[in-house]
Amino acid sequence: MLGRLTLEALPLYSWVAFGGAAVTVAGGLGALVLVTYLRAWKVLWSEWLTSVDHKRIGIMYVIIALIMLVRGFVDALMMRAQQAIAVNGEGYLPPEHFDQIFSSHGTIMIFFVAMPFLTGLINIVVPQQIGARDVAFPFLNSVSLWMTASGAGLVLISLVLGKFSQAGWTGYPPLSGAEYGPGVGVDYWLWALLVSGVGTTMTGINFIVTIVKNRCPGMIYMRMPLFTWTALCVSILIAFAFPALTVVAILLELDRVLAFHFFTNCCGGNMMMFPNLLWIWGHPEVYILILPAFGIYSEVVATFSRKRLFGYASLVYATAVIALLSFTVWLHHFFTMGSSANVNAVFGIATMIIAVPTGVKIFDWLFTMYRGRIEFHTSMLFTIGFIVTFVIGGVTGVLLALPPADYLMHNSTFLVAHFHNMLIPGALFGYFAGMNYWFPKAFGFKLDTKWGVRSFWFWIVGFYLAFMPLYLLGFLGMSRRMEHYDNPAFQPYLIVAALGAISILIGIGCIAMQFYVSFKNRVALVDATGDPWNGRTLEWATASPPAAYNFATVPEVKEIDSFYAAKQRHEAYRKPDGYEDIVMPKSTPLGLVLGGLSFVLGFAVVWYIWWLAALAFVASLAVVAVRACDDDSDYVLPAAEVEAIETARLAKIASADLHDVSDPVTSAGGVPLPGRA
Amino acid sequence: MSVSELDHALLAEEEEKSLEAREFGFWVYLMTDAIIFALLFATYVVMVDNIAAGPAGKAVFDINHAAIETALLLLSSLTFGVATIALGEGRPQRVVLWLLVSLALGLGFLAMEVMEFAGMIAEGASPQESGFLSAFFTLVGTHGLHVTFGSIGILVMIGQVMTKGLTKPVASRLTRLGLFWHFLDIVWIGIFSVVYLPSVM
Repeated sequence: MLGRLTLEALPLYSWVAFGGAAVTVAGGLGALVLVTYLRAWKVLWSEWLTSVDHKRIGIMYVIIALIMLVRGFVDALMMRAQQAIAVNGEGYLPPEHFDQIFSSHGTIMIFFVAMPFLTGLINIVVPQQIGARDVAFPFLNSVSLWMTASGAGLVLISLVLGKFSQAGWTGYPPLSGAEYGPGVGVDYWLWALLVSGVGTTMTGINFIVTIVKNRCPGMIYMRMPLFTWTALCVSILIAFAFPALTVVAILLELDRVLAFHFFTNCCGGNMMMFPNLLWIWGHPEVYILILPAFGIYSEVVATFSRKRLFGYASLVYATAVIALLSFTVWLHHFFTMGSSANVNAVFGIATMIIAVPTGVKIFDWLFTMYRGRIEFHTSMLFTIGFIVTFVIGGVTGVLLALPPADYLMHNSTFLVAHFHNMLIPGALFGYFAGMNYWFPKAFGFKLDTKWGVRSFWFWIVGFYLAFMPLYLLGFLGMSRRMEHYDNPAFQPYLIVAALGAISILIGIGCIAMQFYVSFKNRVALVDATGDPWNGRTLEWATASPPAAYNFATVPEVKEIDSFYAAKQRHEAYRKPDGYEDIVMPKSTPLGLVLGGLSFVLGFAVVWYIWWLAALAFVASLAVVAVRACDDDSDYVLPAAEVEAIETARLAKIASADLHDVSDPVTSAGGVPLPGRA
Repeated sequence: MSVSELDHALLAEEEEKSLEAREFGFWVYLMTDAIIFALLFATYVVMVDNIAAGPAGKAVFDINHAAIETALLLLSSLTFGVATIALGEGRPQRVVLWLLVSLALGLGFLAMEVMEFAGMIAEGASPQESGFLSAFFTLVGTHGLHVTFGSIGILVMIGQVMTKGLTKPVASRLTRLGLFWHFLDIVWIGIFSVVYLPSVM
């Protein structure tokens, strides 16, 4: 009846595991109690869970990312604590538990922090940047969200029922195969990837169509804001790369559950196929995570330097070139697999070439800041911190791209330091910059700067403390993923790294404080105009938070940075001659239902509860069929209602302070500057 | 609140735009699906000689059987095309008729595939035998699963044409289902050429 799910699945094997399960369950119950206490069930259901509004969906994505960030960071803290004391086998974590922790840390940070964070920001911002009222497929968007949430749910529930994978976040067979990785752990990992991966694929399709089809009049491709450009490239990467993840996860699951022989050690299996297939997804994935952050930095650096972005066209081409090249380098993740020297050389050279367009971008951002009126907003600090730190990571990446050097450093902590050096400044700092930048757009009030600046300093100091020692440890020969070690020379470095983790913990605490303080002071921090930073792109033309339809009248664009130009022409807040009826998508619970069914399906297969899996599968098909027959998914918002909303908004703007848009850079010297041509 | 005529016009206009976006989106979806098949093909080609202790393709494939399957599937694509012509002419009964014919041919294909799989497994050529057979069953089975979903889609669309007539949304869904159905044909031609043909060469 319940497959292999028995009472033994409860985490009673160690007090640490039991504690993790207890915290997870308590967190879930706490959330339920809080919603009940606030009597918010009705609002939660009708305004959020069933919403197909891209802004609400985006906010929910970011909430998932922040919750999972805390979970993933606890894993990191536990690993750092273990390694700081684990010389000669001391330590508080048994190997099989330590292995679960590094596996879930990587899985969570990539799939359930970075992915939902960037997807959330793209959701909130991109439709507004292109002057659209919604994404192309609002319902599909809701399905994507809930499938991502389901994947996250599968990772979370693995703490309470059963164990998580012990094969690392990349799960190479044969370790992740049925023979050497029995139990439910790898299955949890695979289904979390499968379910969220399908959701992400649909997000990719959705935003390709949105950006290609829903741009407002005049928004030709070479006028799109840089963040939208990166979102387009990322969506294309998702559509090309994520099917590979789906394939490789299904093949491994077939090996595990039905005893197929794709990657087994016997019977004609070819385990080298696994890293090939995985990294055909995995390397583009790196750029899926990083490109949106590049887009955010481009927006932030222009706004807070009070200058037009330097080298717009070169940034666009660099983005496109990076996207293309990202498919040509996957083999550098396994130079040591034993391909011929020539094959390794080709991939090594391709890898080094990617540094060129990335370098172009760095110079574009630097030249944007050059002779600008820089305002050190939290977002800007994260941007500058990124530029400095990311270059270090880039240099170590070029080092690793040399196959002979890679043979020495492969699987050492040097590698761990390198990719954290790419992904923390290159992705996460970007998302934090974006969060600080667009928070007022999403909620109508700004985030507190004092706590934001503090969070930045604790994060960046923590980053250097935590990862620079790992570079050195790599040179000393320390392998990654060691539960204990017998070389006492490692220990001082690992203690410094643990201190770095504590600094990052304080950084996360500062972000939590920032939310709390900002919410408390939300009246003082209010953004009445919808344009708190004297922004340049169209998302600042809407109200903060925007009305459901974003734009009462669809804007017309004549140039790059069109909102800034409109402000200079004093056209930005002009009352239109009249308002029109607006067609909006209806809310529906079916996205939530499909997400829930995918969770049940994954859970049932993990535990071999076949009747439940079949039931969930058939039910999903039925829900899709029902939705495919629905001709009545839109409603009309009457012009009178639009007018009422817009009149109130314009009245609020009239009484607020608008930005001075006389161009500071020109008025300061009148000298033509880079990027102003 | 009653929906005014003006609203109807507006909704229809938005619907038109949205259907156009859906068709483009469906092409993008097909591309993602094509990548799934491309990787399964690549896996098959890598593993085709990994027969371990099991049989090779020559011993288990019946080219005549595969040829008949091919004929059924290609014919069903043709009849779906005829249904699309009837859709253009606005004749719902003919659409339903030709959809039924396509469905019958598709189900015939599926039945033959199930027979082939069952026969192979009975002879001891199961996917658990070797890497080669794992790759074969997965590639061909994934295609078969797609044909199954397509058949369910045809059933749903027959129901929609009968109850709603050839409205714009129904016509658009039918066009997209057609794309899907023809796409599966193209994939099958790849399977026939890469999987079955080499066994008689």
